[in-house]
Amino acid sequence: MATTHPITVTVNGKTHHNEVEPRLLLVHYIRDTLGLTGTHIGCNTSQCGACTIILDGEAVKSCTLFAVQANGSEALTIEGLAHDGQLHPLQQGFWEEHGLQCGYCTPGMIMSAYDLLQHNPDPSEPEIRHALEGNLCRCTGYQNIVKSVQHAARLMKSESLPDQGYETQEGHRPALVEGPEAVPSS
Amino acid sequence: MATTYVGERLKRLEDPELIVGAGNYMDDITLPGMAHVAILHSPYAHARILSVDTSRATALPGVVAVFTGKDMEADTNALPCAWQAGSVTNNVNTPRPLAVDEVHFVGDPVAFVVAEDLYTARDALDLIEVEYEPLPTVVDAEQATQEGAPQLHENAPNNVCMHWTAGNQAGTDTAFDQAEVVVSQKLINQRLIPTAMETRGAIGSYNAGTDEYTLWLSSQAPHVHRLLLAAFVLNVPEHKIRVIAPDIGGGFGSKIFIYPDMAIVAWASRKLNRPMKWIEDRQENYLWTSHGRDHTTHAEIAGTRDGKITGLRAKTYANLGGYLSSIAPGIPTTLYGRMATGVYKIPNTFVEVFGVYTNTAPVDAYRGAGRPEATYLVERMVDRFAREIGMDPAEVRRKNFIQPEDFPYDNGLGMLPYDSGDYEKALNRALELVGYQELRQQQTEALAQGRYIGVGFSSYVEVCGVAPSAWIGLNGQGWGAGLWESANVKVHLTGKVVVTTGTAPHGQGHVTTFSQIVADELGIPIEDVVVQYGDTQGQPFGLGTYGSRSLAVGGTAIHRSVTKIKDKAKKIAAHLLEASEEDLVWQDGKFMVKGSPDAAKTIQELALAAHVGYSLPPGMEPFLDETTYHDPPNCTFPFGTHICVVEVDPETGKVEFLRYLAVDDVGNVINPLIVDGQLHGGIVQGMAQAMWEQGVYDESGQLVTGTLMDYAIPKASMVPNFELDRTVTPTDVNPFGAKGAGEAGTIASAPAVVNAVVDALKPFGITHLDMPLTPERLWRAIQEKRNQPSDSATAPTGGSHPPGDASTPASGAGA
Repeated sequence: MATTHPITVTVNGKTHHNEVEPRLLLVHYIRDTLGLTGTHIGCNTSQCGACTIILDGEAVKSCTLFAVQANGSEALTIEGLAHDGQLHPLQQGFWEEHGLQCGYCTPGMIMSAYDLLQHNPDPSEPEIRHALEGNLCRCTGYQNIVKSVQHAARLMKSESLPDQGYETQEGHRPALVEGPEAVPSS
Repeated sequence: MATTYVGERLKRLEDPELIVGAGNYMDDITLPGMAHVAILHSPYAHARILSVDTSRATALPGVVAVFTGKDMEADTNALPCAWQAGSVTNNVNTPRPLAVDEVHFVGDPVAFVVAEDLYTARDALDLIEVEYEPLPTVVDAEQATQEGAPQLHENAPNNVCMHWTAGNQAGTDTAFDQAEVVVSQKLINQRLIPTAMETRGAIGSYNAGTDEYTLWLSSQAPHVHRLLLAAFVLNVPEHKIRVIAPDIGGGFGSKIFIYPDMAIVAWASRKLNRPMKWIEDRQENYLWTSHGRDHTTHAEIAGTRDGKITGLRAKTYANLGGYLSSIAPGIPTTLYGRMATGVYKIPNTFVEVFGVYTNTAPVDAYRGAGRPEATYLVERMVDRFAREIGMDPAEVRRKNFIQPEDFPYDNGLGMLPYDSGDYEKALNRALELVGYQELRQQQTEALAQGRYIGVGFSSYVEVCGVAPSAWIGLNGQGWGAGLWESANVKVHLTGKVVVTTGTAPHGQGHVTTFSQIVADELGIPIEDVVVQYGDTQGQPFGLGTYGSRSLAVGGTAIHRSVTKIKDKAKKIAAHLLEASEEDLVWQDGKFMVKGSPDAAKTIQELALAAHVGYSLPPGMEPFLDETTYHDPPNCTFPFGTHICVVEVDPETGKVEFLRYLAVDDVGNVINPLIVDGQLHGGIVQGMAQAMWEQGVYDESGQLVTGTLMDYAIPKASMVPNFELDRTVTPTDVNPFGAKGAGEAGTIASAPAVVNAVVDALKPFGITHLDMPLTPERLWRAIQEKRNQPSDSATAPTGGSHPPGDASTPASGAGA
């Protein structure tokens, strides 16, 4: 067997010390060594984003990092988002707005959206769609994922649930007729 | 009774575990002592296997064993093809769990490694030495049927697996001979790769004490997988295999079928007497998990100058890949050819289909399965016809629609009668919502400014909940099973109602939808309903989830079981209340004596009485427990009209979506939130075919689009928001009046998008473009027309710019 290296990684607030092979992928370390299987693998080549986690404050694709590269780092996975039975606003948003169907992309999608909202608490729809470009979903067509992130952004802005805000989003649609921005003239 | 849940936008009961990372998908399952399997796939599309040397791989530390096709040959058979539709005659070629003598596509499995961990298993693959003798390859279906083409299977001359027809050939020929207008068009419905976000996987565990297998499979149909593995592949009795489908990360058809890995993990778990886990990586998923579509069609439409369609003729080469996948022959026949006329009354139609073997991955059902190909055929040709006679495409559609009074409607192609529909109503609603007259006006004005806006229609009808068994089965369409569905409902002493369904959801929200139905029918809180599925042990045989059948067929089975429960409970209520059954009414979730609301029993009180059995009517068995196997009298036929509005930049060929509006009629809706979600996702998959996706093989049979880097799955930034609306035309096929919504979006959207883009490019004289509509393809088509202005026979929409001038204002506006 190959030589191993000691690493120390804090995941969801808990510090782990492990001996790992240098080639062990971070995603396998999280899933198989730590047993946190909420982080998924969809492609192994960094395109699908199912394995997205937060590492030292930034969203990363954990299938593209080795576990040894996370030595000394702090990681946040989907399992670390809810506290004391209270769902994170993003988790609430995805539930309320039907932002998931099969649920496989969902943890990675939520972690990428988490990264977005950390940097931009009030993103526009194009900003949300752009920020989620590294996360593929095959089920939802993305419309409800966008609404989920908007829902979360509203919740995070105000601790009290502003339900009245999101009903009006129902009618949100690009219009051909009104406004100069409706039909960009390229 | 008053409904409480049905029709509500109830958020899903499935979600709490999935949003916190507590789902249980294939790769999340770990068993004690489990070993890991890695499969070696052929790098050649067509070759003889001369030798396989596993000695170096076996010697690698951590490797448990390496097996080849010869090792498995004695104990296992080739996988079955369970839908030998049409005229598949004596040349069914299906894969063995591992190839023995010859490989027929890149991805054909030739050996596998069992190791202590995944990394070692993958390392060992590189140490297996296989000597191949490469053979000539053919990847295109039409070319494969030509004289002199490389031959895949000895028993299939010219690689033709089946030659199937539907409709009236002589009448159609006459209609074309006498037609005022005939338009011909070659249509490529390109190969697609389903790409569920979770790849497939298989886990096998063998118990030597009981001689039983437990298999965890990526399965849309666990009972069917068990049956096929037991009866055809492993030669073991059905009751010795238990199949469990855990949480499944999408399927879109690709997880209906039986695959070699299922036999591999079962066989190896017995051989080595320890659990085996195989998880597909994305590259493998692309190479060997079934693909979809891949039709080349020579289509012709005939009609009158005033817009009446008089004939449709299509000759289709359906690429079925190197072997027949589980239900492959049924897709381009029953589900395509028999739906070719769509929503139109076309008096004379003839469809001819060649199913063809090629050196490519097997092609089988992918979301929509045949109906997207049929809809693309007819909707593209209707647009071509409208353009040819200079009539508005909406008007041509309206002129030829099947009318409400025509139902039940026999389309003359051997499909069952369409149940119900009002196609014009959906079209009118879509035209109204999109503001059609204004839109055309804007299109004209935009063109005057050198901007190319297009409006595309797709009016569709599809077939869901395919049944009854007597029609679809071996004596009819060749499906090698029934297509009924099962449901068991039990009311426990605690008051919990446990529903077991033979459907196998993998994202469709059945738990929520079925709970809504049961809670309403029994007058109980939805929290008291438990929906179970996905395990062959202790559950009645189920046919699974595909073909938008789960509510129409599986939901009806549940409804019937609940009705039986209520019938029995009513007898108990009459007994306990000392009343006659005739004097009882079901109201507010209780059986009560008419006029005496105090004399009443809830279903949960009656369940307690039934469970303890202290006081039951004479001769009645205890417990409320009812099972139904429901075989519907007919299929259901959802329909609608989608309108897509695009702008094309002629300088770059880039398409921008301005609007996408869908008016779908899926009958009555149990949960609008879920149905809309199905439509969103469905529309994007069809839009993706129109715009981006294409599975490409080079001439040597190498899959060029073998990763997510090369195969363009849409991203959030690439798709627009959708405007959804409904008309509601219930069906009488089931008690809900519901039709099915899982595939409608995909079936409708590709032609709407293509028709919109072709409409936008009308000023250039472009009449057709094959999918996917990449910027390069559009740009080249525009350049070609600009360089040959005399080709352009059609005046620009605005009438102000001759075709040859189209480039001038466009160039100006692009600056």
